Amino acid sequence: MKVPFTGAIDCDLHPAPPGVLALLPYLDDYWREQIVSRHIDRMPFQLTSYPPNSPLSARPDWRGDNGLDQLRRQALDPFGTRLVICNMLHGAFALHNEDMAAALCAAVNAWVAQELLDREPRLRASILVAAKNPALAVAEIERCAADRRFVQVLLPVAGEMLLGRRIWWPIYAAAEKHGLAIGIHAGGTLHHAPTGSGWPSYHVEDYVAASGAFESQLLSLLTEGVFQQFPALKFVLIESGFTWLPTLMWRTTKTWRGVRPEIPWIDRSPAEIIRDHVRCTLQPVDAPSNDAGKLARTLDHIGSDRMLLFSTDYPHWHFDGEDVLPEGLSDETLRRLLIDNPLDTYPRVREEGTSAGTRARNEETVP
Amino acid sequence: MNVQLRETKAAQTLAVIDCDIHPAFRKPTDLHPYLPARWREHMATFGPHLRHGLAAQLPFPRMVAGGMRVDSFPDEGPPGSDLDLVRTQHLDANGIECGLLISLSKGGLEERNLDFAAALATAVNDWQIEAWVKPEPRLRAGIVVPQEDAAFAVAEIERRASDNRFVQILISPRSSDPLGHRRYWPIYAAAQAANLPIGLHVQGFSGGHASTASGWPTYYMEEHYAQSTGMQATVASLVFEGVFERFPGLKVALIEGGFAWAPALCWRMDKHWQRMREETPHLQRAPSEYVREHIWFTTQPIEEPDDPEHLAEIMGWVGWDRLMFSTDYPHWDFDHPAQTFKFKLGDAQKAMLFRDNAKALYRL
Repeated sequence: MKVPFTGAIDCDLHPAPPGVLALLPYLDDYWREQIVSRHIDRMPFQLTSYPPNSPLSARPDWRGDNGLDQLRRQALDPFGTRLVICNMLHGAFALHNEDMAAALCAAVNAWVAQELLDREPRLRASILVAAKNPALAVAEIERCAADRRFVQVLLPVAGEMLLGRRIWWPIYAAAEKHGLAIGIHAGGTLHHAPTGSGWPSYHVEDYVAASGAFESQLLSLLTEGVFQQFPALKFVLIESGFTWLPTLMWRTTKTWRGVRPEIPWIDRSPAEIIRDHVRCTLQPVDAPSNDAGKLARTLDHIGSDRMLLFSTDYPHWHFDGEDVLPEGLSDETLRRLLIDNPLDTYPRVREEGTSAGTRARNEETVP
Repeated sequence: MNVQLRETKAAQTLAVIDCDIHPAFRKPTDLHPYLPARWREHMATFGPHLRHGLAAQLPFPRMVAGGMRVDSFPDEGPPGSDLDLVRTQHLDANGIECGLLISLSKGGLEERNLDFAAALATAVNDWQIEAWVKPEPRLRAGIVVPQEDAAFAVAEIERRASDNRFVQILISPRSSDPLGHRRYWPIYAAAQAANLPIGLHVQGFSGGHASTASGWPTYYMEEHYAQSTGMQATVASLVFEGVFERFPGLKVALIEGGFAWAPALCWRMDKHWQRMREETPHLQRAPSEYVREHIWFTTQPIEEPDDPEHLAEIMGWVGWDRLMFSTDYPHWDFDHPAQTFKFKLGDAQKAMLFRDNAKALYRL
């Protein structure tokens, strides 16, 4: 179904990443020279996870230059969104040279601020970081944090090491300090095989396997105690699917009862901890399109209507027309999904919601 | 023998087939009678050669009692090594009409030296018959074959297939490539020809890949869970590679990998296959249809929602005719037949779950 009222907050949208040439003004002399002399400026920095011409990567009627006008026309106006969070899927983070990755990520962030956020007030963005090196990532978070239009730190779901490990905690400390959420997005560096038994043949398998990667990350964050260590921090699983959540919560809670001496700091049900700290964006809705009952049952199995955040995942192709919402959700659930849950998740969006956002919320009460 | 079993047990109200029992060696030399001298010496001199830093132990140590039921230790040897105790503590006590032996890592499934792996597999297959099935006719064996050596695997399957004490073929889902890859297809051809299901039991050792897309986890609890994500990836590989198109008679039993994830995995596979179907034109049907037709699931370790009815719903979505009860005796997360299902099972569901599905799949 369509979004029934204006004022929604779209928590996952992908503007076209800039080419390397467009980033040169945001790089220092050393990297400009490196990038030009090594012909890095001719490289596409596309991720293997999203082949640009794959049907998944862009809906047929959403193909084009993917510029700001197109974004307004196709991704903002039709859904009546008040704010959208832009996640730049730029391949820089998959480089092995962590300094080059950090320089390019910083350039992308600077480009986003100047070319997108300055030009369209409905846009917010995630901070792209070279997550191979937590110190460099923290430096970039500190640099961007002064700009309150950055509301989240973006990490790929498949990276160097599982995200619960203590090596990453400085990133979480910085995010918590600045009121940023941690967004974990589908796709990855492929520095490890995407599955525990190696490399699948097909793109579709990689994409399907991403839900397993999300499961592993969620469990890592849980078992390592990240949710207790950073109680104010929300972790957003982006483009993760969410219908796998009930099984994860059941299995994890059961196993924890048997093995809890291994992780004594987990002092209450993992399912409850997950419901408090983890959010998932809506698209893709991995549920049967011809059986709304199963999705409704799955939401009941999840046991919370506070975990899902509205997203279009524009321009990725998960739905047609403007029917971004699955059928069968109650008005109460819709309001949470579209507005309340995003506000609850992103402190920087929330603080805005109390001032400038009040106007929009008053308008949107008219159905 | 099968006929006799059927007759004597038919009158019982709850006859149970246990699809997951783990036999163990009483002492490390138990395999010696079945190994040629060359491999006995190799074993003593070099030992296993795995894709892990720790040669003779699990890389993720289990919790209490090495992951065993604390009451399952016999006077001598490890749990699962004393047939008399297996009988009294499990087969007799729990009304097990028939138990399927799953001889985990003893058969060289992860061994890098493929000749050694073949010798171990052959020996373990002999040992299952001599030490277990001959003295205890309620037990059935599985043909253990290292999947990385398809030529040997096929020969071993053909050698054993006419012996109906073997009821399935056991390979590792923690393989070096996802199991749908064509290097494993000869094994599926042999399985189909022998009309034996492939049994995929979760494994403690890997085929060379970290258990997650971001490397190795820290805790046993995570590694335990990774069996579930690993099983999902294995199913996706078998489906998307077209294994079930190529081998329409192939049946696969997933053992100890969970099952509650199956509906959500099928929804996800169907949705994204629909979007990208040009990439896999060899698939004639939606992924979920292959799963529904070709894949069976054992129940242990059973998922436990706060509301048991949620699990009943999921079992209906998976298909009551595709679920088979298992205990995992003598491991710590053993499921007891009387305590596993915390909601009311109908008589027909009970019969399918505890007995009839396994009986039909394994032709018991």
